[in-house]
Amino acid sequence: MKTTTTQSSRIFIAISAILLSGAYFLPLWRILLEAPQYPEGLELKIWLTGLSGNIAQINGLNHYIGMKFIVEADFWEFKLMPYIYGVIVLLGFITAYFNSTKLLWIWVICLVLFAIVGLTDFYLWEYAYGHNLDPRAAIKVPGMTYQPPLFGYKQLLNFLAGSFPDIGGILAGTGGVIAVAVLFYKHRGRTKQTKQ
Amino acid sequence: MKHLSHQLLLMAGAMSMFTVACKPGKVNNALSGDAAQRVYVAPGKYDELYMFASGGFSGQVAAYGIPSGRLLKVIPVFSQNPENGYGYSEETKPMLNTSHGFVPWDDSHHPELSKTNGEDDGRWLFINGNNTPRIARISLSTFKTEEIIELPNVGGNHASPFCTENTEYVVGNTRFSVPLDDEPDVPIDSYKKTFKGAVSFIKVDKNSGNMNLAFQLIVPGFNYDLAHAGKGPSHDWVFFSSYNTEQAYSLLEVNASQRDKDFIMAVNWKKAEELIAQGKGKKIPAKYAHNKWNDKTHSATSTIETGTVTLDIKDFPGLVYYMPCPKSPHGADVDPTGEYIAASGKLAAVIPVFSFKKMLDAIDKKQYDGNIDGTPVLKYEAVLAGEVQKPGLGPLHTEFDDQGYAYTSMFVSSEIVKWKVSTREIIDRIPTYYSIGHLSIPGGDSKKPYGKYVVALNKITKDRYLPTGPELAQSAQLIDITGNKMKLLLDFPTIGEPHYAQIIPADKIVKQQVKFYKLEENHHPYATKAEKDARVVRKGNRVDVYMTAIRSHLAPDNIEGIKIGDEVYVHVTNLEQDWDVPHGFAIKGSNNAELLVMPGETVTLKWTPDRIGITPFYCTDFCSALHQEMSGYFRVSAAGSSVPLVFRLGENPVKEQ
Repeated sequence: MKTTTTQSSRIFIAISAILLSGAYFLPLWRILLEAPQYPEGLELKIWLTGLSGNIAQINGLNHYIGMKFIVEADFWEFKLMPYIYGVIVLLGFITAYFNSTKLLWIWVICLVLFAIVGLTDFYLWEYAYGHNLDPRAAIKVPGMTYQPPLFGYKQLLNFLAGSFPDIGGILAGTGGVIAVAVLFYKHRGRTKQTKQ
Repeated sequence: MKHLSHQLLLMAGAMSMFTVACKPGKVNNALSGDAAQRVYVAPGKYDELYMFASGGFSGQVAAYGIPSGRLLKVIPVFSQNPENGYGYSEETKPMLNTSHGFVPWDDSHHPELSKTNGEDDGRWLFINGNNTPRIARISLSTFKTEEIIELPNVGGNHASPFCTENTEYVVGNTRFSVPLDDEPDVPIDSYKKTFKGAVSFIKVDKNSGNMNLAFQLIVPGFNYDLAHAGKGPSHDWVFFSSYNTEQAYSLLEVNASQRDKDFIMAVNWKKAEELIAQGKGKKIPAKYAHNKWNDKTHSATSTIETGTVTLDIKDFPGLVYYMPCPKSPHGADVDPTGEYIAASGKLAAVIPVFSFKKMLDAIDKKQYDGNIDGTPVLKYEAVLAGEVQKPGLGPLHTEFDDQGYAYTSMFVSSEIVKWKVSTREIIDRIPTYYSIGHLSIPGGDSKKPYGKYVVALNKITKDRYLPTGPELAQSAQLIDITGNKMKLLLDFPTIGEPHYAQIIPADKIVKQQVKFYKLEENHHPYATKAEKDARVVRKGNRVDVYMTAIRSHLAPDNIEGIKIGDEVYVHVTNLEQDWDVPHGFAIKGSNNAELLVMPGETVTLKWTPDRIGITPFYCTDFCSALHQEMSGYFRVSAAGSSVPLVFRLGENPVKEQ
């Protein structure tokens, strides 16, 4: 922890950690479903600790195509995620406190890994729900699967499915971008200056 | 010869032109040039206002969108409604209970929006049942009838249910005076001695809306037609119009039209309230039903009440005064300031406008013109603000706009007349098609009229629409009143008789809408909140089916072991928790209607099987793509058969664990 940087980078790292901690109070991701009969739309919100939104309605509709009921208790992630994420946020504040480049590197790597693992996990769940359909379902469309998109919109029969980060996710993402930016602009610049 | 015939032809031509020219031109129908644009509400867009019109002899209330005139909903109130099971389901039957037992119909006349500070607040709609005297309260967040109270000692509850400035009370009064309920068997020709009017004051709880018959004033046996409560300065008073002050009891058409003046009866309700609080009221036996709906048990209860508290106005001077009013007055309408009372003598040549200030003055100075059984009659000239001269024929009702103008309906000359309240000067008139009764301006009987439109409520339509045999629809006509000249915008048929209507800005209603009932708040004793709890239970010959409905099946859907002689109660709970997903339920051959079950609600259909065999049942509301599959079977066996009671539902591959 020899390399110290300017006060402003410490502030930015702290802001980044604060933004990341917002995910404890705000939803991370949302899946939207729109259909002619649902002009107001149906919504599934994914939090660090669970699910909310029109789960019952979505399950009610999904049973026609034989999709498994979405039940919060089926996800081990919601039990573990708050702790892992908590460690990461804590590491952010520690990094801000010591304002060290080395710690910042570790932190940014943790963040990126968390994002990659999280999104992959999300994709795998979507795949599982969209493909493992009961063969006795009332509505069977040959060749049709119902995996929602990872990001963006996709038409699934009469439903337009959308998948986007929610406020908590956007704040966390912004926090991550700030952390990376601090690493590249402030700390790298600082190292160069030290060399001169 | 040829010449002569030419001359004759010419003459005939001239004659016919002359006759045509001599026929007085019909009044211009004053259709607004931009009418189509003004009433067009684009698909998917909402109307600006709700209009709640009574269904008259249909016994119901209909909600329309204004300015489009689109029918939004028929709210069942006093009549059975097989369309949704109102009055047929076990839960709703008590709503139509009366002291006469179950009465499946009434004649609903005057919708009245609840008021706060004299303004329509959009919480409840009250409406009177004219035939079997009742007042109903409808919730405007569920559009359901929540309460019906019967009125004793009354025959024809017509002057009802007008409410005071803060809905402290809604009132009722008799159109057909009758002897009080405790001395019923009298000769009809003892009318003058034995027939009485009873003015009912129904207290309304300001939080729950619950109604209670607080007291009744015993008044002379006239026919009381309409009423309006005062506001602002006249807050403490209610004004009732009365006709047949001749007290005729036969051929009223003639015998009740003899006197030059009948009365507007001014009642100081605040004083009556004080007298009751002081224990001056006399409790007399009476029998009347009080029916309440409960949104948590999704059921109604009916209680028969046994007494009412009365004040005979003879014994309490200062409680009531009479204002003479020309020829059989119909409406008694108070202007937005609370100072003027327009009373329309339906056989009179003028519309008298009374001044509240002058009325108080006349009372102070005892400017009396005789009395009725000791109750003072005030001098006509002393209480009169002025008369609207030559308004037209058959003036009935007056409503007010936000610019100081009044609009009076003319039944006989079939028109609306616009006049200035302060000067009684006629500004404009517009024909209606045909025979207008009431008219309605948004907030037109409140302290703050919204104005903009007047709706004419017409009794006769004749040639206005495509003919439908001898029985034709009645109609409403939307008229623009934003300018000096009234302009006709739209003409639309209604359900039943649109006797009267009240109109309110949509935003006051939309924001409080209930979209569905929460299952966890369902406290119906026969609710089935999960499919796994669906079952059939026998107790003697009573069979209770605890059934659930969710897209797209009923559970259970195979039921065996029902026997001839059983009474089967099917309690259907709709498990959906989403807006606009009702399920219906009907049984083949059931001597009953269908049910519509809203999401989260439980409704019961009683069925007495009449024959051995397989009886299908099904969902009647097209709920989903697999609605046609939403059906099941009862097996009905002979009385005393040994077929065991069984019920089942095929295994569902996808369900909650």
